[in-house]
Amino acid sequence: MEGFLQLLLNGTALGSIYALIALGYTMVYGILRLINFAHGDIVMVGAYAGLFTALAVNGPAHPDLFHFFIVLLAAMAVSALLGLFIERFAYRPLRNFPRLNLLITAVGVSLLLENLGQVVFGATPRVFPDIMPSMNWFQFGQVAITNQQVTVFGTSLFLMVVLEWIVLKTKLGRAMRAVSYSHEIASLVGIPTDKIISFTFAVGSALAAAAGILVCISYPKVDPLMGVMIGLKAFVAAVLGGIGSIRGAVVGGFLMGIAESMVVGYGSSTYRDALAFAILILILLFKPAGLFGKYQPEKV
Amino acid sequence: MRANLQWLVILTVIALAAQGLTQVLPPYFGQLLILACINAILAVSLNLVNGLSGQFSLGQAGFMAVGAYTAASLNVFGLGFLHGTPLGDQAALLLSLLAAAIASGFVGYLVGLPTLRLRGDYLAIVTLGFGEIIRVIILNIQAVGGARGFISIPNSTSAFLVVFLLSAFVLLTHRFVMASQGRALLAIRENEIAAEAMGVDTTTYKVGAFVVSSAVAGVAGGLFAHYLSYINPSSFDFMKSVEIVIMVVLGGMGSVSGAILAAFILTFLPEALRPLQDWTHVDLRMVIYSFLLIVMMLVRPQGMLGRREIWELFKPRSPQ
Repeated sequence: MEGFLQLLLNGTALGSIYALIALGYTMVYGILRLINFAHGDIVMVGAYAGLFTALAVNGPAHPDLFHFFIVLLAAMAVSALLGLFIERFAYRPLRNFPRLNLLITAVGVSLLLENLGQVVFGATPRVFPDIMPSMNWFQFGQVAITNQQVTVFGTSLFLMVVLEWIVLKTKLGRAMRAVSYSHEIASLVGIPTDKIISFTFAVGSALAAAAGILVCISYPKVDPLMGVMIGLKAFVAAVLGGIGSIRGAVVGGFLMGIAESMVVGYGSSTYRDALAFAILILILLFKPAGLFGKYQPEKV
Repeated sequence: MRANLQWLVILTVIALAAQGLTQVLPPYFGQLLILACINAILAVSLNLVNGLSGQFSLGQAGFMAVGAYTAASLNVFGLGFLHGTPLGDQAALLLSLLAAAIASGFVGYLVGLPTLRLRGDYLAIVTLGFGEIIRVIILNIQAVGGARGFISIPNSTSAFLVVFLLSAFVLLTHRFVMASQGRALLAIRENEIAAEAMGVDTTTYKVGAFVVSSAVAGVAGGLFAHYLSYINPSSFDFMKSVEIVIMVVLGGMGSVSGAILAAFILTFLPEALRPLQDWTHVDLRMVIYSFLLIVMMLVRPQGMLGRREIWELFKPRSPQ
């Protein structure tokens, strides 16, 4: 029982990270109908941005909340800019082309980021410094809630609430929803479609960077290919919840994290990565719209 | 029948010429030539799915792996009694390649039947997933070496066989496109719903194309295994799949000769770039590949040749 609780806690913390990344996938898919293959690599860039900021402000010497926020904000800013840049120069010129071209470009951007990362940062993993004090908030027998887990969960919950507020309560969010409904009609009623799409990319990328920092707090290792697997799993989480649905991404992320934690705990960690693909295949076979998605028949 | 015999003679002559060429060229270039031809077979196989039927598969390396491991296992564990004489070696190789085609085709059927009901981008992800799952499974089979790789496979692939098979696949694809089944695939590429409305059984055709494509990739895998006489699961990872996709995209989706041209360019380019690598001390190959892919999509989304073949370039364009 204690083991189960501990796994549930670990899974929830991991799931909140997946949920943050899945939100970026789902937002971009909702607005452009594009699976942004490069999203996982934006997580990686965010993690590196965080690493360099942490070293620059000498974070390891002062592990506290203030330095954590500086690192988090810097990473989010860098990734948001990168997201804007990618959207502007790689995706926007192709907006009126077949979607297959957009997909291939996304694969290309992803490969470029990974390989450029290996050239610029080197292929060897680097250790992410401890920027949070490690302590246990709560100890009950074998079950412990660590400071890292609280930080991860708290940060991601806060960001999700902010996102929910932006999308549902602000004028910008209403414009985003309008553009995702129809680009043409949105631009007819005076919504600057291009700017809204850019904004969506910036927000999604910032969330990805935050997730990158949270990953590094839990597993302090940064390498240029770290985004590949995390990105794929978060994508599966988005599909599980119903791609295009924001609530679905959050629920899918948590389910994914808990399922992975259980498989590692009770099964074998070699099946850790196969699990994501197995879930994906099952979902696509039996409920392609996901848990919260709407099935839209294709019309000529 | 007579036309078929003529083609057989032409293919044999081309393959003999290639065999002769590898004898004349320095071994380094001969080796590159054979590897380029194996890559070209892979590109031709993927072109059937990504180019002609308009689907987007990202798991071709997985089927190549199935073919490579099936052929190698059969040849090493089952056909040892044939080894020794040149004729016996070649017979064992041909049987292994046949088994590779059947095995890969079967796996392609298992993967294709459920997944090809999905739309473009989902299909890409699921084929990627299957490709990775195949690789992970092979990684865990100790009988074929697991992560250490499969060693001492007979080194019996010849330039003659590779070029003969490549030309045969090209010819078959070309004839297939001209036949009604090929036209049905092109109709699916242009508009799946409209094709269905015209009475094309889209699922059967898509799965059929997928199975044939996997089988051909399996043959390429078998040739690859018997050329290098050593294979390792990491030779068939996601990067290999992407490399094959890049060949098809770069050459022009749907153009067979374009895919072959791109396969040759992409096999020789890294070698040509070697001085650059010596100079900068970093492996810029994949950076250049991916950059090329993006630039290609932005500047010339239809690829080098578009949907035309090399031999059609010099003909006047037919009026639209």
